Amino acid sequence: MPGLEDLYKEIILDHYKNPRNQGELSVPPAIMEEGFNPLCGDEVKVYVLTDGDLIKDIRIDGQGCSISQASASMMAESVIDKTLEEAKNLIERFKEMMSVHESNMDSEELSEDNDENSLGDLQALKGVVKYPVRIKCATLGWNTFDQIITPGE
Amino acid sequence: MTGSIFESEKIKEDFPLLEREVNGKPIVYLDSAATSQKPIEVIDRMTDYYKQINANVHRGAYHIAELATSEMEETRTKVSRFINASSEKEIVFTKNATEAINLVAYTWARTQLNEGDVILLSSLEHHSNIVPWQQLSSERNIEIRWIPITQDGQLDLSSMDELLADVKLLCVSAVSNALGTINPVKQLTDAAHQVGAICLVDACQSVPHFKTDVAELGADFLAFSGHKMCGPTGVGVLWGRLDLLEKMPPFLGGGEMILNVTSDGFTTNEVPWKFEAGTPPIAEIIGLGVAVSYLEKIGMEAIREHEQNLTSYALDLLNDRFGDDLIIHGPGAAVERSGVISFSYRDIHPHDISQVLDQYGVCVRAGHHCCKPLMALLGVNATARASLYIYNDESDIKVLADAINEVGKIFS
Ligand SMILES: Cc1ncc(COP(=O)(O)O)c(C=O)c1O
Repeated sequence: MPGLEDLYKEIILDHYKNPRNQGELSVPPAIMEEGFNPLCGDEVKVYVLTDGDLIKDIRIDGQGCSISQASASMMAESVIDKTLEEAKNLIERFKEMMSVHESNMDSEELSEDNDENSLGDLQALKGVVKYPVRIKCATLGWNTFDQIITPGE
Repeated sequence: MTGSIFESEKIKEDFPLLEREVNGKPIVYLDSAATSQKPIEVIDRMTDYYKQINANVHRGAYHIAELATSEMEETRTKVSRFINASSEKEIVFTKNATEAINLVAYTWARTQLNEGDVILLSSLEHHSNIVPWQQLSSERNIEIRWIPITQDGQLDLSSMDELLADVKLLCVSAVSNALGTINPVKQLTDAAHQVGAICLVDACQSVPHFKTDVAELGADFLAFSGHKMCGPTGVGVLWGRLDLLEKMPPFLGGGEMILNVTSDGFTTNEVPWKFEAGTPPIAEIIGLGVAVSYLEKIGMEAIREHEQNLTSYALDLLNDRFGDDLIIHGPGAAVERSGVISFSYRDIHPHDISQVLDQYGVCVRAGHHCCKPLMALLGVNATARASLYIYNDESDIKVLADAINEVGKIFS
């Protein structure tokens, strides 16, 4: 599949086929939000259980394409056991990565940055920006999670 | 196979866009249900219009304004003959089919329907033929009732008698854009007329592909879009029975739709202009006229024959090659459907299917096709949809099948 390597990276396909943190949590004590992608009918449900400032558990439910499913699964894996502050910071950096303009990308050659702000595995999703319609898929779970931890937006 | 009257290779050459490549591969355009490509004569005529006769219509007493007006009005006559209307006065130009349906909802329905009345919709409708009625329903407390579908996506008419009680308006598509089902419009309009209802036919997916005769369909209103029938975007058609149009109040207010305006009020223009407020999409209407001539030149019967043969070829090829891995939604036989092929492949999401197909130059649609209520009935969130037109041929179907096979490899 020439050209699609940037999108369908192995780690993304792995998260799609073996989603982490799948399922539901009982509400309450957990909080649940639903997200929709009106373009393709994808739906995601994010359940979050906090203990004070700590994200104790997070579960993902719903249906969607490989990118939306994998992105939500990778998000769950990277925010569990983090503080709300850390999670917010991660959301911000992830969204920043998703808003990189396509024209800036070739020069950067999708380079993995190695500083302490590295997004780790999440960098694999960077290739999505080459496919603008898929950005909404990649951010669906994140926006829904953001609604839970940043209420009133 | 489909060569005798119909040379799709030659027809392909009429469409400049089909010469391009996508991702280094020749384009295989299989999304004509969303919008068709445009033949060079339509594109050229619209360019010529701007180069030669661009002027506002119906007002100027000078040469080019008269030319623009007469070309635009000629299209009205052509369209009226194309669908066998009894007069060109029955042809109202709108922005698209959606606006045509809304025109009926805002003028006819809002003066004729009241609390307790029922609107009967088919379960195959496009959001364009659902939402305007839901808007009216919530305003007026009008009930919306649905004609159910069978397992294979055909309308289930077994309980029509009960469904028709108190129905004042029937809205049905002639052909489903999501499944390709050809609906028994005449049977439905006959039944609806028996109880005194008015019938609106959404002909978006039929006018480009089948010979259309409004009298034979028994329609009272019929809506379609120019851009799905080789014409440009920005122009659609509402056909309505003259006696109904004459009694309807105007839709939008402004220029063109008036005969006279004083500080005290206005009098409305005659049908159809009373529904065409403001400067119309002149170039687009002229382009639509060329598109109609183009389709007539090929012949609507020949077009249908070609599409039915190609659909039959595609159904066989996909079924043979993929077996149970690939589910084609809707009726099983090509005679019961248009060239719309909606499918699910294993449990791979349609978005991923279309993304990989794009890599091979194949353009198909993925999603709910603006038919969310239908998708819910089918128990899917979305499907992938390949839709055929005059310029497609067997080689396109082979490329599609090969590309689907590649999808399978990535998501194995
Ligand atoms: C059956 C049907 N009805 C209505 C529409 C709406 O057409 P338009 O968007 O041109 O108004 C479409 C097009 O997608 C359609 O396929």
